[in-house]
Amino acid sequence: MSASCEVAFTLNGVKRELTVPAGMSTLEMLRERLGLTGTKYGCGEGECGACTILLDGVTVNACLMFAVDCDGRELMTIEGVSVSETGERLRDAFVEQGAVQCGFCTPGLMVQASHVIAHHPGADEATIRRGIEGNLCRCTGYRKIIDAIAAATKPGTNRGAQGASHA
Amino acid sequence: MHDVAKARPVPASTLIGKRIAKMDAPDKASGKTRYIQDLELPGALHAKILRSTEVHARIVSIDTRAAKALPGVHAVITAADVPWQRPIGVGKDHLPLKTDCVRSLRDEVAAVAADSEAIAEAALKLIKVTYAPLPLLVNTSDAAAPGAALLHEGRAGNVAMTFDYAQGDVVKGEAESDLVIEDVFRLHYVTHCCMGVSGVIAEFDPGGNLLLYSNTQVPFLHKREFAELLGIDPGRIRIIQPPIGGGFGSKLDIYPFEPIAIFLAKITRRPVKLVFTREEEFVASPTRQPVLLKLRSGCRKDGTLTFRTVDTVHDNGAYTSWGATTPFVMMQTISSLYRVPHCKYQTKAIYTNNPYAGSFRGYGNLQATFAVEAHMDKLAEALGIDGLSFRLKNAQDPGEVTPQGMHFKSCGFKECLSTAAARSDFLRRQAEYRARWTDPNPVKRGIGMASMLHVGGGAKIYPSDGCGTILKLDDFAHVTLITGASEIGQGSETVLSQLVCEELGLPMSAVTVINNDTDITPWDVGVHASRTTFIAGNSAIGAARKAKAKMLAAAAAKTGIAQDALELSGGCIVKKDSGERLFELGKFLRGLHFSELAELVMTTHYYEPPSKHQDKDFHGDVSAAYAWATQVCEVEVDTETGIVRLLKVTGAHDVGRVLNRLGIEGQIEGGIVMGQGYAITENLMVEAGVVRNPNFRDYKLITAPEIPEMDISFIETMDGEGPQGAKGVGEAPAICIAAAVANAIYNATGVRLYALPFSPENVYRALHGASQPPVWSSAA
Repeated sequence: MSASCEVAFTLNGVKRELTVPAGMSTLEMLRERLGLTGTKYGCGEGECGACTILLDGVTVNACLMFAVDCDGRELMTIEGVSVSETGERLRDAFVEQGAVQCGFCTPGLMVQASHVIAHHPGADEATIRRGIEGNLCRCTGYRKIIDAIAAATKPGTNRGAQGASHA
Repeated sequence: MHDVAKARPVPASTLIGKRIAKMDAPDKASGKTRYIQDLELPGALHAKILRSTEVHARIVSIDTRAAKALPGVHAVITAADVPWQRPIGVGKDHLPLKTDCVRSLRDEVAAVAADSEAIAEAALKLIKVTYAPLPLLVNTSDAAAPGAALLHEGRAGNVAMTFDYAQGDVVKGEAESDLVIEDVFRLHYVTHCCMGVSGVIAEFDPGGNLLLYSNTQVPFLHKREFAELLGIDPGRIRIIQPPIGGGFGSKLDIYPFEPIAIFLAKITRRPVKLVFTREEEFVASPTRQPVLLKLRSGCRKDGTLTFRTVDTVHDNGAYTSWGATTPFVMMQTISSLYRVPHCKYQTKAIYTNNPYAGSFRGYGNLQATFAVEAHMDKLAEALGIDGLSFRLKNAQDPGEVTPQGMHFKSCGFKECLSTAAARSDFLRRQAEYRARWTDPNPVKRGIGMASMLHVGGGAKIYPSDGCGTILKLDDFAHVTLITGASEIGQGSETVLSQLVCEELGLPMSAVTVINNDTDITPWDVGVHASRTTFIAGNSAIGAARKAKAKMLAAAAAKTGIAQDALELSGGCIVKKDSGERLFELGKFLRGLHFSELAELVMTTHYYEPPSKHQDKDFHGDVSAAYAWATQVCEVEVDTETGIVRLLKVTGAHDVGRVLNRLGIEGQIEGGIVMGQGYAITENLMVEAGVVRNPNFRDYKLITAPEIPEMDISFIETMDGEGPQGAKGVGEAPAICIAAAVANAIYNATGVRLYALPFSPENVYRALHGASQPPVWSSAA
């Protein structure tokens, strides 16, 4: 249980090397060792999607993956996604379309949505719905999340709200 | 979304009714928001709770020696270490750490504070508890049976709480009836499933003052509770509320984990953080109140309701939280959703060894509405009247004062009914689907309707139902809105800012909200009863109007123009008639601050709604306004598999007035989907006191592909007391769905279901005659 392993990977574009316990999950490593708390613990069992991250460009549940398995790979978390071009578009769409309420599921959904957009440009309603079916949201009823992702697939058209963000 | 114009004109304005983005959304969408789970205080210890492995047992011994010896463990506590602990919760029947007996599987037996969660968990495994099992009381009939063991001393018959309400004379009402029906309904366990699990951080300063980082929805009430628990002055307790990962009523009571973290912080003199696992969240956070309900209803041939008699039994679980008090709300639906001259409602909450129920969005109203609206359909059908006409005939009108004393000053109920029916093409579809009962296609369609009444202007349960606001305008005309009302994701800080900006003629970007620190914010009773927009909104408007009056009075003195000829607009003081700009607001404020006037523009306002406490017989106008809605659900039922799909919800909501269109749509959509889960997929399976499905694989929340099409109309009745005419809406959208789906399943199949949820298994069994409707248990 106390065995440790060295891992080296790219995280949000920056090379990282650290030593982690063999039993540590990627979620714990991100949150507790690297201070990246945007990735959330919702269930620890891969059922809720709150800990969704990109691993070599594919979304995974960070809670189900050992930290040691990050070795040699490329990770992107919400902290990386939200400052990417797609991420900013998505963030604006989430804000303007009212896709955020308590916000706890939002980072995972943002990451998942970035994946959906990247792999299904101009995705239709059904594709978007299926694309986020692994992410649970208890507040919004998903409607506005779906609308936000749809809006973000069409750059320049996501003007849902006024007032918007704090300047 | 669709608006229905009302007789009363909706005034023109700049911000009201617009789509205003939530102020906290950019941070949340960027992963920057720090929830309690994300907070790490330097030097904090991590706590874990050892829960009972027995449903009902005597605690023979607890051996903590090995756990205490584990390196990294700072404290291991049991009830013996906190002899001064006191009972907590609504019923004060609950010690945080159990002494001689455990009464449910969630019961807290010991707790550990350690350097890390992993060490704390390892320490839990080293605690040896010996139990002597006691007989289980896991249903209300057994628990209420004569001679049953008492779960709490002095609680004869294991009765935790009773309610008894009557209006008119039901015997007379029944004698006057041409038609009488009676059915029994069973409503199941569901739970909140907040995406952020429960958590708390407790820290004492050297003077013994407590700082609590808490997810509570009622910080000011909790100050008092924690003070009583610790035997200290409430003024020595400060509660900070980090953003919370969902509330829905779950955080209205005090639960054992909070005092336990406080005990550990007191004993270790270190900050202590305690966060649940998801499994713990399922097992040890409250449920919605499960209910067995018998309803007897009658009407005349002409479709006039005559009487309604309701008996309910609530499985209270092992301890008493807000779930036991849901009859307060249930009786409102029973007595006052429709005009019923004679009405009687009796209920008992019975202690068992099951999980205990708390408050949950809708607060008993989903359960009461489920039964009442089933009978509205059944009575209508038996009379040969369509369900819409039957409801319209008995629906409340504006101005009505019900026998329970509720005064419907604004009431768009009939517009809700007719709008939802028209937009869903209800009558035509209902007839068409019914005609397909004999059609060989095993996949049927059905449409069903249900309506609801809920408090929309607070609920006077505590001595005050008020909320305070402090408003500060700084020398750059930036507004700090300090409100007692908590943001729990519902968008309160945005709508409150919007109301303030509307008064002050400022853009949304001019406001910062402070709403999460009891040392700063003025009193508020808490986030519940759909009250925040109404109560905190009126409070914020009051403070803004005082600030405005102060600024305009100063401008009038300076210019010699009458105060009522001046206005705030576009960040300036302007002439009302011409719009001519007289002063830029920031500059004007600096002139007040820095001149010999030496004036700050800082105002306070406390709003107390003009509602009344109910008397001992539950009569009284408990809310300052009431919200109404009708929802029509269209379903597809696969009779070969029992799968029910919710295809479309057509809702019409009397919301008083739309303030933030984006926010209100989000509340309604989210509520509809929560109601869909209650109706179809969610089921906390409790067998012999054990939660069998404490995870999201087996406890099925609705996912994105399953949501229905939603067509929502807003009925703007412009409530005279509401902030800008608005009424509360937070709970309303979740209330009718299960009832409307039940009516839709009947319309699809000709089979009426009396028990939730409408899972494939339950529906299949009911459709194929393989299950019996619920039966009333007289022992209960």
